[in-house]
Amino acid sequence: MGHSVPHTDAEIAAMLDFLGLASLDDLYAHIPDAVRLAGGLDVAPGAAESDVLAEIDALAAANRPAVGGLVSFAGFGAYEHERPAVVPALTMRSEFVTSYTPYQPELSQGVLQALFEYQSMVCALFGLDVANASLYDAASAAVEGLNLAAAATKRRVAWISRAVHPNIREVVRTLTGPRLELREAPLVDGRTEWPDDLGEAAALLVAYPNVLGCLEDVADAARRAHDAGALLVAQADPVAAGLLRSVGSLGADVAVGEGQPFGTPLGFGGPYVGLFATRNAPYVRRWLPGRLVGETVDADNRRAYVLTLSTREQHIRRAEASSNVCTNQTLIAIAAAIHLAWLGPHGLRELALRCARGARYTREQLLRIPGVEPAVDAPTLYEFALRTPGPAAVVLERLAEEGYLGGVDLAPHYPELGDAILLAVTETRTRAEVDDFASTFEKALR
Amino acid sequence: MTRKPQPVLTGPSGGQAWSASVIGRHHEPVVYELSSPGRRSWSFRTTGMPEWDATDLVPADHLADEPPALPEVSERDLVAHVTRLTQRNYSVDLGAYPLGSCTMKYNPKLCDVASSVPGLTGVHPAQPGEQTQGWLRLLVELEDALCRITGMAAATLQPAAGAQGELTGLLLMRAWHDAAGSPRTKVLIPDSAHGTNPASVTLAGYQTVEVPSDRRGLVDLDALRTLVDDDVAGLMLTNPNTLGLFETDIVEIARLVHEAGGLLYYDGANLNAILGEVRPGDMGFDIVHMNLHKTFAVPHGGGGPGAGPVAVAPRLVEFLPGPRPQLDPETNRYTLTTPPRSIGRIHGWHGNALALARAYAYIRANGGDGLQLVAQTAVLNARYLKERVRDVFDLPYDEPCMHEFVASAANVKRATGVKALDLAKRLIEEGFHPPTMYFPLIVDEALMVEPTETESPQTVEAMAQAFERIVTEAEADGGAAARAAPRTTPVSRVDEVQAAKKLRLRWTPDEERSTAARVPSPLH
Repeated sequence: MGHSVPHTDAEIAAMLDFLGLASLDDLYAHIPDAVRLAGGLDVAPGAAESDVLAEIDALAAANRPAVGGLVSFAGFGAYEHERPAVVPALTMRSEFVTSYTPYQPELSQGVLQALFEYQSMVCALFGLDVANASLYDAASAAVEGLNLAAAATKRRVAWISRAVHPNIREVVRTLTGPRLELREAPLVDGRTEWPDDLGEAAALLVAYPNVLGCLEDVADAARRAHDAGALLVAQADPVAAGLLRSVGSLGADVAVGEGQPFGTPLGFGGPYVGLFATRNAPYVRRWLPGRLVGETVDADNRRAYVLTLSTREQHIRRAEASSNVCTNQTLIAIAAAIHLAWLGPHGLRELALRCARGARYTREQLLRIPGVEPAVDAPTLYEFALRTPGPAAVVLERLAEEGYLGGVDLAPHYPELGDAILLAVTETRTRAEVDDFASTFEKALR
Repeated sequence: MTRKPQPVLTGPSGGQAWSASVIGRHHEPVVYELSSPGRRSWSFRTTGMPEWDATDLVPADHLADEPPALPEVSERDLVAHVTRLTQRNYSVDLGAYPLGSCTMKYNPKLCDVASSVPGLTGVHPAQPGEQTQGWLRLLVELEDALCRITGMAAATLQPAAGAQGELTGLLLMRAWHDAAGSPRTKVLIPDSAHGTNPASVTLAGYQTVEVPSDRRGLVDLDALRTLVDDDVAGLMLTNPNTLGLFETDIVEIARLVHEAGGLLYYDGANLNAILGEVRPGDMGFDIVHMNLHKTFAVPHGGGGPGAGPVAVAPRLVEFLPGPRPQLDPETNRYTLTTPPRSIGRIHGWHGNALALARAYAYIRANGGDGLQLVAQTAVLNARYLKERVRDVFDLPYDEPCMHEFVASAANVKRATGVKALDLAKRLIEEGFHPPTMYFPLIVDEALMVEPTETESPQTVEAMAQAFERIVTEAEADGGAAARAAPRTTPVSRVDEVQAAKKLRLRWTPDEERSTAARVPSPLH
């Protein structure tokens, strides 16, 4: 008997007998022979649980993890943060892990209320009014933000800052290519220079802080967008939101972001969670993407929650839907909400402050090294780019030999910056680690 | 009269959850309502960093006056609150979940452990390949297994969910036709298809053309012949389809589409029914998406994350999204490479990697033989349950079903006025999550039932008896009990109309509750 099937041979025989069939094979008797697979799958036979876990351990041992292996200064859209014990303990609860999308509200109040609380916290992070129940990741949220803007403005040109993460820009190109006309706004000294004539733009997409860690002028981008009749879509770092003015208060119409820092391990890039919020605007009822939880009452007039505005969605509106999103990242969203509640307003501010302090200190130590210079001059928060004398890839390789993930080589993404490394420092790095790192860095340049 | 099952198939059921207890009938406060100014849970590592002030670190015009309005709770209250929320939620781990099309099978705990190994969870997605050989190998081996299962040449593991897989597949279709110098505008979809199909078609810049089903519930071949022309980019097909029926004309369907120069797209929502029995590649499909959260037991997480890899025939490999993990046979090292005519990235990184690790563990644990038994048993359970409720409901498309079947409660509605919705709510009191209702759209009062292979025969039999009981009861009481259901859940029937009318989409303090987060009508 296989691993996953409870039936005994006697039970299978009794069920087949009930159905008037002789064998399990007969269940497929109506399928044409021409397409039947003879001889079963050419896939290795099943293994015992402990054997599978031993294989997984062997695969894991072939990695050099950024967390638990190297001392990491890598960011670039995915961040090492402390993960409070409550987050895995509560997020692994099987009532969350093994339930479906809450279509039956009477059986799903737990997931629905957790998502309602998540939506409330995402609104607070971004200073906006309406947040959906999550998208796949920051990239998919950016795509949906531009789609929303195009639908709301009935236009198809989108301006994207070159300081939006290159992977996000590429996903946007892939997924909106058939419908939107994308234009790139260049960088000057680490910040976006928007053209004076934006044309018939549907949206501007800016990142705050941007991929180089620099603080963009979001309010200026919002003014320019609004003067052109476009929406401002801001990809906002939710950790930085502990210190920075909210993108909503700076004029953004749509905020998108990556929720990974809150309770989700690096995990080789997923599953993460795409944050998405917008203003209290008329387009919400028709064009908001993704699932949405609303508060209502039950038949006994008690507070209850339910998926709402489903007439926007693919299962109702089909080809005219606001998005094709069905499965989202609920469990990761719940993890983020639990982590955010554990932090509270002051914990989030402290978290952002600690990241900024660590980054300032690290940057100062590294800039003392002869030949190391800032790659750009704009102010940064907890991620920054440094120019190295000689190829960054070589420096990073030498640092890896000494046990450091020294950041990310920017050359493949921003050749105009020369030899440059992008470093992020979070609350996880100690002064002693940074001091050792800086001296190793100096040696690596020799 | 329905025949009665053998005694070996009856008795106490491991999947019937009617003992599940719920304490109290009061609502759970929102976490914000548990907040008390100054209360805290947080603490951080001692780092020895200089303690600069925020004003030293952030330019004044960027610095917020106050941090975001989050709740301030103790860890103890937070844990109690969230634990109570979990007790207000049904799950596969609690009991059977025969939600048709969603494949709510039991998710082996082995996979939880496999995806929590620090050597996997601690890897940064931008680390160089020489530091991530284990991950790349896992992904390459998963891709290989998925290709063997589907009969395809190569796959991308990037799509985060089935719908993203659909869009990926359609963009591959578009790239293929564009490269051939013959762009097309239409994609054919059966009228029984999932809503994501036409929504994805629109996003890919195509127009949907609906293909009617015939009286068997299968693609109407005559209609298909009139719709296929040289402007059709392809046909998206779920097989078994959403009625749980195998499209037995698949060879002819493939011939028609291919002769017109179109591609055949396999929606893998129901792949779990045919593992080891039929492969999409052998049926002539060119593009296949898989829902790893259905077929390969990645848990649904209350709505996600899932994973939606897309496998393709040899002629489409050069268009796959990049970067792709691959084994370099010369160095025997794993690398990331982008195919020459790639449509581009679909995901910010490498897909929902930890969900992919779960599917890898599931496939390794079951093996080729075990996966075939998974499919056979899923079909056996569905076929059995369908026969057991033959006299309870209408069966408008009464062909041999695969892993699920669609019954119609129209007969019950005619006789008693009780709708499928009411029966579904009443079934909750019998200890089961309801089946999918009102889908596919071509069936009146549809109940779409998918017991899955992980439910024992006794559980499937208990489901059959519960269906019999609630319909018999409705005939006796005119539907009073069904319309009042559910009465055993944390909340009674929820008012969906009010939720949409008076939108309240986030928590606000009481004094703001009348105006906050209201979205104005009319529609934009």
